[in-house]
Amino acid sequence: MNWHSPAEFFAMGGYALYVWGSFGVCAVALALEPFLLSRRRRAILQSLRRHARAEQMDQEV
Amino acid sequence: MSEIVINNRMGMSQGVIHWFKFASPSSFYPLAGKMQPWFWALAAVFGIAGLWISFFVAPTDATQGEGYRIIFVHVPASWLSMFIYMVMATWAGIGLALNARLSGMMAQALAPTGALMAFLSLWTGAFWGKPMWGTWWVWDARLTSELILFFLYLGFIALQAAIDDPRRADKAGAILALVGVVNVPIIYFSVKWWNTLHQGSSVSMTRAPSMAQTMLWGMLLMALAFWMYSVAMALKRVRTIILEREAHTDWVRKLAEVSE
Repeated sequence: MNWHSPAEFFAMGGYALYVWGSFGVCAVALALEPFLLSRRRRAILQSLRRHARAEQMDQEV
Repeated sequence: MSEIVINNRMGMSQGVIHWFKFASPSSFYPLAGKMQPWFWALAAVFGIAGLWISFFVAPTDATQGEGYRIIFVHVPASWLSMFIYMVMATWAGIGLALNARLSGMMAQALAPTGALMAFLSLWTGAFWGKPMWGTWWVWDARLTSELILFFLYLGFIALQAAIDDPRRADKAGAILALVGVVNVPIIYFSVKWWNTLHQGSSVSMTRAPSMAQTMLWGMLLMALAFWMYSVAMALKRVRTIILEREAHTDWVRKLAEVSE
């Protein structure tokens, strides 16, 4: 184990800005990408469902 | 005549797997849906193990102190940015040669994830360069060729977005992707061919790695995590692209997630 206290862990031997700046941006990017894609998928599914409903109503009339 | 065809088809389906069956979007869509959770799970498992080693097992570096730990995201992102480009260009090339719709969609699905990896490679590189070299950026061969790779991804995405007809967009994008392949070996060998500030590769096929065993393991696990993430993202995105492009077809209308 490299660390004796949480403070020491977060200080990263004086490289906190660089280490957390790298890992942090990676974490945000890898969380944001699937989130944005889920929104895109929901949008196309919604539009497909709308079309399906519209067609059904056309047939019923 | 039709009887013979039917018999033939039945004979084929016994034993031989119809790989080309999955070349059609309608059969690949459910397959990709089934594969996706496995790749998310693998990405999570490798990611947790990799992060644990990165921060708690790998020792402090003799010369770079704790600052070297950036390697655990920098190298995987850089590897994936090059690897995804090669896979993307391969799919684009197959799409161009065989006129296969799904191949073009696969290439399109990979581009944003590849661009993100190239961006992360540059970003983490800058955050590593600042404390170690004293500068966020230098116009050195390795950094410049990686920046060109990032622009190639952006160019591919922008070109496809600018063309309304998806099939023509696939073709134009494929040509750009194939021409850009020349850049990947330039990135990879740049540290050998030119005098660069960037250090040589830490892992090589021909000699023993120049780093502690645990550091190497952490890097490989993180690379696997990034790889599995990229596969999962590509599958998720290709499913969305299939829905968007095949919106008018009967099979999409009959999907459970649409007809509900």
